[in-house]
Amino acid sequence: MFRPVVRLSTSGVRSLTRTRPCYSAPLASRCYSHAKVETDEEFDARWVTYFSKPDIDAWELKKGMNTLIGYDLVPEPKILDSALRACRRLNDLASAIRILEAVKDKSGPHKDIYPYLIQELQPTLIELGISTPEDLGMDIL
Amino acid sequence: MLHLTTGRVGCLLSKQAVVALTGSGARMSSHGHHEVSDSVDMSQPMYWDRLDTPLPDRPWKDVLDSTDKSLKQKEKGPWTALSKEEKIALYRLKFNLTYPEMKRPSHEWKTVIGGMFIVFGITGLVVFWQCHYVYPPQPPTFDEEWQAKQLQRMLDMRTNPIEGLSSQWDYKNKQWK
Repeated sequence: MFRPVVRLSTSGVRSLTRTRPCYSAPLASRCYSHAKVETDEEFDARWVTYFSKPDIDAWELKKGMNTLIGYDLVPEPKILDSALRACRRLNDLASAIRILEAVKDKSGPHKDIYPYLIQELQPTLIELGISTPEDLGMDIL
Repeated sequence: MLHLTTGRVGCLLSKQAVVALTGSGARMSSHGHHEVSDSVDMSQPMYWDRLDTPLPDRPWKDVLDSTDKSLKQKEKGPWTALSKEEKIALYRLKFNLTYPEMKRPSHEWKTVIGGMFIVFGITGLVVFWQCHYVYPPQPPTFDEEWQAKQLQRMLDMRTNPIEGLSSQWDYKNKQWK
């Protein structure tokens, strides 16, 4: 990508007046952002912390869940565990079931993600008494 | 005079404001339940069923009767004590449609395809009527006899003899190659 530009400049073509600041030092500088990229673990930890707030309110739960579902990913079981416990603190069983439905939908064509999530969340589901949509017969029309 | 006019304008404005306020107030009080009528009050928290936004701003059922309220009280205790029907009832209080219900296929495509074919049919009728009533009489150059003479003339004058028409005609045996 850089090589044709280098050849032109070394052959001394004066008519090429367009400046390309990024390509001045070939292969040394790239036009990438210098922002720090968050790792997966940091992302998960941030969201677990968000939902773990002891006095989380209903709005924060809604905002958090809606934002999380907006991302191009299926949340890790630990994030969902934290969210379900937040639902428990808010005495909101319906939202807990809704969250399970939402992550199943997020998995899209990958049918093996949701069973894995349920398997990982099983201890929490049993502890809190949350029934899955399948248990309640709500996964079919 | 200035005082008088401003006074009049002020009175007019306040009257208009009062009318507007009472108008909207009346509208809001008459729609105490959040049903979708002609216009949804967008200044209030809204309910929605969206796959990408699972938790709407307000629950589906706002006005709870006594059974709902007692169920909500029970929800504050351990959820293991709730029966399946109670859990489903709690869900239905907060949400209108489940995800499978939101994603249910509609029969709209049948209407669309059916409508398409009906339009094609009507267009066909229009075209047929037009062919019959609108088109002028067909020129004589389309008659079989004329076409045959035309082709013979083209072959006689060796039209496109290298790669085209006449190259396909076998002049010796008087037939197509």
